[in-house]
Amino acid sequence: MSAVAVLGTGMHPWGKWGRPFLEYGVAAAREALRDAGLEWTDVQYVVGADTIRNGYPGFVSGASYARELGWSGARVASCYAACASGAQALDIARTRILAGLCDVALVIGADATPKGFFKPVGGDRPDDPDWLRFRLLGATNPAYFALYARRRMALHGSTPADFAAVKVKNALAGSLNPMARYRKPVTAEEVLASPMVADPLRLMDICATSDGGAAVVLASQEYARRRGTGFVRLAAVSTVTPVFPNTILELPDFATDSCAAVPAPERPFRAAIAHAAYEEAGLGPEDLSLAEVYDLSTALELDWMEDLGLCPPGEADKLLRDGRTALNGSIPVNPSGGLASFGEAIPAQALAQVCELANQLRGRAGARQTAGARVGLAADQGLFGHGSAIIATL
Amino acid sequence: MTYAIDGWFAISEEDGVHLLGTSCAACGTICFPPRRGSCPNPRCASTDMRVLPLPRRGRVWSYTNACYPPPAPFVAPDPYVPVTLAAVELDEVGIVVLGQVKGLTVDQLQVGMEVELTAGPLADGPLVWMWERAS
Repeated sequence: MSAVAVLGTGMHPWGKWGRPFLEYGVAAAREALRDAGLEWTDVQYVVGADTIRNGYPGFVSGASYARELGWSGARVASCYAACASGAQALDIARTRILAGLCDVALVIGADATPKGFFKPVGGDRPDDPDWLRFRLLGATNPAYFALYARRRMALHGSTPADFAAVKVKNALAGSLNPMARYRKPVTAEEVLASPMVADPLRLMDICATSDGGAAVVLASQEYARRRGTGFVRLAAVSTVTPVFPNTILELPDFATDSCAAVPAPERPFRAAIAHAAYEEAGLGPEDLSLAEVYDLSTALELDWMEDLGLCPPGEADKLLRDGRTALNGSIPVNPSGGLASFGEAIPAQALAQVCELANQLRGRAGARQTAGARVGLAADQGLFGHGSAIIATL
Repeated sequence: MTYAIDGWFAISEEDGVHLLGTSCAACGTICFPPRRGSCPNPRCASTDMRVLPLPRRGRVWSYTNACYPPPAPFVAPDPYVPVTLAAVELDEVGIVVLGQVKGLTVDQLQVGMEVELTAGPLADGPLVWMWERAS
């Protein structure tokens, strides 16, 4: 599989700014273009990762960004895949470049979020499991994260102190990242004293909802070479669906598939997402210099480490305790500070991870820099069945 | 008796509360919530989904609570009492089903403990399935 070049990346700082999502996206896009040394009018194809919380412009975000940047006649696409939206937008652009239909594409994702828990889209919609899970059970997103955390405690002996240690690690990394929303180091005591939200997870174990934006300029390798500058390669984008029967309870579902008639697949969904990316890139977990993973909760970061094959099941806590996943460890996990430090801006988060991979591979991550980084993986999961793992290489 | 959702569970005097699933007539795959249309098994083309009551007992796969009132469309009681939730692995059919828990807090639950199905009201009245300590 040939790769495409990441020519530039850009972000809008994450926070709660209270401004329209388009502002964040456009700021990120202009930064990515500046980083790539290109003008907006050089872009042949623009892809927007959609947001469902910001009205009609959010549903057609590719065109909304194009209008904000000034109608240029570029080809356009918009896509929504929940938390995998950014990865899917990237994949759409990548595929078009690999097909030879364009040389330069701009991918943008941004969101403006409400305070507190994510809620279902409005109206009475009893056919929508996302609406029903709130109506019938009051099952918020943190409730699902807590189910995974408690299960992890029962299966692998993880403790709330282990979960707190993830937050301490990620907050320290985030304190060194000017794009992060939370930039204060925290102590385990602070995490363990924060209010319980969904037992066993406390406020500081759970990622916040944030405003933010991120953008990436992709180009064909030939185009990048003609420009004569070094570039990062996008070696894989995994957009797999689960394999039946999916036996992990996934948000926003009420139940798993049954494994009574058909046995569970060899790889559960999260592991399958990573596996597909490794296969496409021709690389394995042993090749990774760093990983950005979907730490919606502290406990979920530990699950992901195992799903990525960084260690066997049940051993992520040990890797964490040994400092292996810290900034100066053998395999830094969430050196950007992760969602713990950024919060969720759904269509932007997979792209923000790519920004971190590119910064690390280009050796410009400052105090967060992983020495000699050559391969980075970013994992997300689009709920409702969208895989999202991205591998970037030098 | 008003159900918060139609067709997902049933209450009878003889048999108590049952979740209603569907079973594929061709491959035997069982689903909850009940499924219309085609079998979810990608290697089965059947559209013959038959409703069946699911086992009433299972073991706790995991559990949690909602320490803050969940947002609408959940109707939170006033004063708010934290909702307890359990994901329960049903015997025989290999499905994990999430539900509210009646009469137990997180401190009284354990992964692997046996629970059984019951029903209870939402704060605004209609009934929903719930898990309780197995008798």
